[in-house]
Amino acid sequence: MSPHAILTAFLTIVIREVRRFTRIWPQTMLPPAVTMTLYFIIFGNLIGSRIGQMGGFDYMAFIVPGLIMMSVITSSYANVVSSFFSMKFQRSIEELLVSPVPNGVILAGYVAGGMARGLSIGVIVTLVSQVFTDFQIHSLALVAVTVVLTSALFSLGGFINAMLATKFDDISIVPTFVLTPLTYLGGVFYSIDLLPEFWQGVSMANPILYMINAFRYGFLGVSDVNVYAALGMILVFIVVLSVACLRMLARGKGIRH
Amino acid sequence: MTDALLISGLTKSYGDGFEALKGIDLKVPQGDFFALLGPNGAGKSTTLGIVCSLVNKTAGKVEVFGHDIDRELARAKMNLGVVPQEFNFNQFEKVFDIVTTQAGYYGIPLKKARESAEKYLRKLGLWSKRDSPARMLSGGMKRRLMIARALVHEPRLLILDEPTAGVDIELRRSMWTFLEEMNRQGTTIILTTHYLEEAEALCRNIAIIDHGRILRNTSKRELLQQLHVETFVLDTEKAMDSAPALNGYHTRLDGEGALEVDVEKGNGLNEVFAQLDRQGIRVLSMRTKANRLEELFVRMVEENAEGQGLKEVNQ
Repeated sequence: MSPHAILTAFLTIVIREVRRFTRIWPQTMLPPAVTMTLYFIIFGNLIGSRIGQMGGFDYMAFIVPGLIMMSVITSSYANVVSSFFSMKFQRSIEELLVSPVPNGVILAGYVAGGMARGLSIGVIVTLVSQVFTDFQIHSLALVAVTVVLTSALFSLGGFINAMLATKFDDISIVPTFVLTPLTYLGGVFYSIDLLPEFWQGVSMANPILYMINAFRYGFLGVSDVNVYAALGMILVFIVVLSVACLRMLARGKGIRH
Repeated sequence: MTDALLISGLTKSYGDGFEALKGIDLKVPQGDFFALLGPNGAGKSTTLGIVCSLVNKTAGKVEVFGHDIDRELARAKMNLGVVPQEFNFNQFEKVFDIVTTQAGYYGIPLKKARESAEKYLRKLGLWSKRDSPARMLSGGMKRRLMIARALVHEPRLLILDEPTAGVDIELRRSMWTFLEEMNRQGTTIILTTHYLEEAEALCRNIAIIDHGRILRNTSKRELLQQLHVETFVLDTEKAMDSAPALNGYHTRLDGEGALEVDVEKGNGLNEVFAQLDRQGIRVLSMRTKANRLEELFVRMVEENAEGQGLKEVNQ
């Protein structure tokens, strides 16, 4: 395929993905906005006013970056895992497999689709948070880089989950039993300084902690971890997961006989 | 001239040791209308699945218009259009989106993709349904949607895996007309079907596959010449209670009261008419019974099954 044809194929996948999640917006875009509004009201306003300060900031300002990042992570992952698995389930993945689209373009298209949803939700949650608090931005570039890379990483994670899944249960296990606990324990609602030393060490093994802290640093200029180490770690994960996805696509894992 | 499809030594084994294909050789010339026939589980869909990259082969070589799928897969795919046996589109997408999206996968820019989608949706009588979600279509419409989708990038080789399964007779005939027209315009067509009259009506060359082996790959004409007996159906002026006895011919009445006469090759029909005339039976019209290929197919598959059974006993 010529570079122009490859670009067309890539955009076709992305447009189809965007069309899919906007077509079912009550399932994909509304719930995060409602959930995050409740978080802001309950944890930020009602409970947060009694907590006082966290990391030197109002509790509401402290949790905003974490909640935005949590929405981005969940939405990016959910978009790719549900879309790609549905294609496997309905066998419409065959439309792509019989076409000359290179595996790298298939992967890039789905990841871009996941990022489109994740970042859209990030923007919506950010706008909702504006109703409750005025937050500062320490480094817009760092905010942008962190959220884009994190969204890409979890889109890749969703892709692997979809490739390995054989039934609908398999696509909810990871989000429920891995992603949600790691996100809640990744410092969305608290600074790990509050934890005993042992649990601080355990928390350092949670990759989502680094992403949330790097993102929070972009807003507030405070972080529990080294921001550049966090970005480097995200990049390494992206490379590793991309290679794994491409290998699975080449072998036709779960999609070819 | 390069063949549209060239398969040599193709094998497919699964992890449990089952051999779906045991060394298939097949050649489909450009412009051909080719049928791959075989009973369920014979290896038809596996063979076509390998050609379309939906099944990984174990060994062997496949070339589409001279492009080896191991070395030039994208070029081979550009020449291929595939209509699978089962519906495999997103049931929630609109008809027009399904077809234009498929064009996009082949790198066709949106404007041209829309034009091509309109052309084939109109040809297949689906233009009025373009904004309907695919799940709202009838079974026949869904089949036609898959044909439009397979043609949107104008492939030189169209592969249809049982395209008329579950389709009513009227629609089946209109699909035959459409496919014949595509073939006349130069598209090479390979189809698998369980309706042997379909293969007999449409195809020039036929391969019969069973237990992962090609039993016969020849022209339809040559295949049909192997039949020693041909059956003619005669509509008579007066209804008959029983079939008249004709010296040297087997006769019977079909379910609708028409007279069926088996005529051995080499024997003319004059004697049949002469005997009927002597018995005062007037014939209004006559046609050949369109199940000749079916007879041959059943015979070949049965012979192969006997051979397989014998081999197992000998082992």
